[in-house]
Amino acid sequence: MEVSRHWRLQEQRYKLVGETCDNCGVKLFPPRDVCLECAAPAKELYTFTGLGEVYSYTTIYDAPAGFEQQAPYSVALVKLEEGPIVTAQLTDMDEDEMYIGMPVEMVTRKLRTDGDEGMIVYGYKFRPVQFEMAVK
Amino acid sequence: MREVAILGVGQTAVREHWDLSIRQLAVAAGRAALADADVSRVDAIYVGNMTSGNLNEQHHLGALVADHLGQWGVEAVKLEAACGSAGSAMRQGIIAIASGQMDAVLVIGVEKMTETVMEETTAALVTAADADYEGIHGVTFVSLNALIMRRYMHEYGYQHGDFAPFAINAHANGAKNPNALFREPITQKIYERGRVVADPITLFDASPIGDGAAALLLVPAEQAPGAVRVVGSAVATDTLAVHDREDMLWLKAAQQSAQRAYAQAGIGPEDVDLFELHDAFSVMAALSLEAAGFAERGQGVRLAQEGEIFPDGRIPVATMGGLKARGHPVGATGLYQIAEAALQLRGDAGAAQIEGARIAMAQNIGGSGATIATHILRNPIAH
Repeated sequence: MEVSRHWRLQEQRYKLVGETCDNCGVKLFPPRDVCLECAAPAKELYTFTGLGEVYSYTTIYDAPAGFEQQAPYSVALVKLEEGPIVTAQLTDMDEDEMYIGMPVEMVTRKLRTDGDEGMIVYGYKFRPVQFEMAVK
Repeated sequence: MREVAILGVGQTAVREHWDLSIRQLAVAAGRAALADADVSRVDAIYVGNMTSGNLNEQHHLGALVADHLGQWGVEAVKLEAACGSAGSAMRQGIIAIASGQMDAVLVIGVEKMTETVMEETTAALVTAADADYEGIHGVTFVSLNALIMRRYMHEYGYQHGDFAPFAINAHANGAKNPNALFREPITQKIYERGRVVADPITLFDASPIGDGAAALLLVPAEQAPGAVRVVGSAVATDTLAVHDREDMLWLKAAQQSAQRAYAQAGIGPEDVDLFELHDAFSVMAALSLEAAGFAERGQGVRLAQEGEIFPDGRIPVATMGGLKARGHPVGATGLYQIAEAALQLRGDAGAAQIEGARIAMAQNIGGSGATIATHILRNPIAH
């Protein structure tokens, strides 16, 4: 794994920094500089709240190389409260607790490791919201 | 623009070919297509392949295949669009002939993916997704399709067992195709007993990988009066990541490429006699039927339940096993689909023959829907 490839995504991985489109106002995550809605330039940074709900989910038993030691693990599409959907793992819950529409919040966790002595990649996962107040 | 004809068809069986290398597979299919067309020299070779760099430590397949086919000097290049690689290679071959630049083009799809350990093969396939925002979270292609399937079931109210007809039809048809990887029919009960791969996807919802190659020899139609014509050809793209789709239950690139191909052919879905769709996963078969206009939104599964996808139904699909039973050598699949459609129109499909088929469509999906190639073939002669 290449350190720079993950280092340059630190704002996204640790803080969910995306963009707002100046033209149509839509919020984008991941950031892509060209608006997904209107194709205008989108450069203004926006930090997402990290709150959202489970849009779909599944559990992986047969993991790709680099993730074998985590298996089984659950991945989800999480619809952020600002609109975009992100792909991420679900954590701090059992598979039978998951449901479509479940309120979740972003948390920073270990995404993968590169062997025993290699780099550790951290980033966002989602867990059940911890306090009812946090749910809008 | 010149009309294009398919003069030669060649393929290897889909297997775990431990005795054959990637070049041997490509050469076997290429030679078979040349022999079928009775052509010895071509102007160009376009090779569709996805994983040769990751799994075979071999890129530069255009030159490699041209070299080992004895076609030294020709223009040759590899095209990569994940599981849509071979459909994309076909598209380039058609453009080359239609434009008048080439008079004989060999298009070959090849994939050699069973000699690496499963974790490496799975990781190689994930490179078709967004590495920074999907791959890093440990997703697999099965899991991306599981996310789509669960949402499909949630929105439209289907149960897992409702998807069984896709697998039952594919395996029944694969039993009639000697080149298919799986040649045993299955029942509803066997489908429902399949182990969970990534919930709600179970064993019979997912297509098996394999080694194989398929090839077509393309020429201007004016030089091959009786040969199967390519009357529609289009490729469209959508967002790479599933999470970026405007609507992940609608294959926009399938709709766009199908509509362009229908317009070129001057037909609509009601005119199509059989459909080689990309049933890499059961839910993809449903979404493909919907986007290509054979079923309303959310009704693809219903169409299958009503029996309309079987050989005697309104729109037979996966007529020689589809990806589920013929097997899915990813970068070769798009040309297996078109080869099978061409054999059906020629009346050469053996026990899998759909009688009286005149117009066939093939749709090849790369990734989870980001690249989709649609081709429509027509037989100028009734058989």
